[in-house]
Amino acid sequence: MTELAHRSIRPLGSRRKLLEMQGIAKVFNGTVTALQGMNLDLNEGDFLSLLGPSGCGKSTALRLIAGLMQPTQGRILWSGGQQKGDLGVVFQEPTLMPWATVAQNVYLPFRLRGQGYDAVRSRVAEALDLVGLANFHDAYPRELSGGIKMRVSIARALVTGPRLILMDEPFAALDEITRQKLNNDLLAMREKIGCTVIFVTHSVFESVFLSDRIVVMAPRPGRVVQEIQVDAPYPRTMESRTSAAYAAHAQVVSDALAQAMGEPA
Amino acid sequence: MTLADDRAAVWDAEERARARAARVEAVARWLVPIAVVFATLGLWQWFVIANEVPHYILPSPVRVWQQLVEDRAILGDALLVTLRITLMALAVAVIGGVLLAIIFDQSRFAELVFYPYAVILQVTPIVSIAPLIFIYVKEPTARVLICAWIVAFFPILSNTTLGLKSTDHNLRDLFSIYGASRVQRLLFLQLPSAMPYFLGGLRIAGGLALIGAIVAEYVVGTGGAGSGLAFRILEASYRLNIPRMFAALALIAVVGVAIFVLTSFVSWLMLRKWHESAMRGGQ
Repeated sequence: MTELAHRSIRPLGSRRKLLEMQGIAKVFNGTVTALQGMNLDLNEGDFLSLLGPSGCGKSTALRLIAGLMQPTQGRILWSGGQQKGDLGVVFQEPTLMPWATVAQNVYLPFRLRGQGYDAVRSRVAEALDLVGLANFHDAYPRELSGGIKMRVSIARALVTGPRLILMDEPFAALDEITRQKLNNDLLAMREKIGCTVIFVTHSVFESVFLSDRIVVMAPRPGRVVQEIQVDAPYPRTMESRTSAAYAAHAQVVSDALAQAMGEPA
Repeated sequence: MTLADDRAAVWDAEERARARAARVEAVARWLVPIAVVFATLGLWQWFVIANEVPHYILPSPVRVWQQLVEDRAILGDALLVTLRITLMALAVAVIGGVLLAIIFDQSRFAELVFYPYAVILQVTPIVSIAPLIFIYVKEPTARVLICAWIVAFFPILSNTTLGLKSTDHNLRDLFSIYGASRVQRLLFLQLPSAMPYFLGGLRIAGGLALIGAIVAEYVVGTGGAGSGLAFRILEASYRLNIPRMFAALALIAVVGVAIFVLTSFVSWLMLRKWHESAMRGGQ
């Protein structure tokens, strides 16, 4: 049977709270306000996009949640406290160790917990299956295309069955066709394992296609301006991209973004 | 029509020229240097015979070869001594250089305190430190070893230090998120990242260890018994035994080339799976 965490996703509104950001502010160098007054409740099963232009603090918010930096004000509370291994992360670059094979790269989170490879071999294999790389165990990153490397990176993020996966513009550097394929596959994976995702992007269409919650952010200072729920049902497919509902949602989000930027809608 | 014919049919002139150039390059890479060496030796041989140059001015290659065979006992022993000191110095330089680099990386304070000494040791010519070592150290082998080590360890230290600092920042963040300890970070992230840098340093250090061993023996000497190639060259020069000087010189050159080939091979072996430098070099 499957060993990866297998959670069912409840409908919006009936989900249990996973973490809470309370009045978060981050000021760099004493003067540069990267993020101001951010409040956010994240629930188990959410696919939440942080959407906004450069400098709106979306990456800062992600780094704060990841614990890579401490907030200047406010706090982040995890339900039941935060444990080691609660997080999986995918960066904009695949961020693989070039000297290690695909399987060794995916094994990394376990290795850093002190677990031997044999004990988790099947979980590494399952994660690679899930991202469609069952035949790539012994390949080295340099042999792989950008899209495949990104799949390895995703497998590594979800191999431990984390409570939350953070994705920081993971597909921004890929070509449009690869990007759409990965978007589809990401949703299929979510259907299978029921992971919770915070997804940073500057693409309206990507955020509408993927998420059920979109948090629109604005720059100078970085702040949340609006939250929009996308109630289109999952599974979403290639056809959903051309549906009227999709276009309507994209319009709403675009307007919110334009408003946030201070432009006429 | 076979598949091969099909394939041949789509080769245009440019591609055929490129493939031919690649084949020529593959052979020429080995053939040209070897041919140049033999051509030089032939020219040298001709020059000596045609002009009847006496062997105590310039011995012919054949004469040098005869001397090498004749003196094989003396020169063989000397070669072993030089080789042993060079390899020992290189080994100590690798261990010392890498350990110091790790200490510098782990403790900013240690780096601030000790780095100036490493630089001072490096920039002071070994020829000027050697007489001091001669006074302080009594054991002849140890004297030469210390000199060779001083020359060889710096490129390892500075390259490895640079490598340990050159980790991908996203990977560093990833290790932080997964709560990696300092030891895990060092073993699984920093040391592998530093490997290409270290191997670059090793190639330089291999040549320098040989130079250090030779120079140190010139300056401090080993006092007759258990002498290396440098001592034999000096000795032969006092006796105006020019062919033997050339024979010893040839051995030193061969050792130098062998060390370079060996360290390059080790480097290729370690990096061929993942590093750009080894991929291009290995093709």
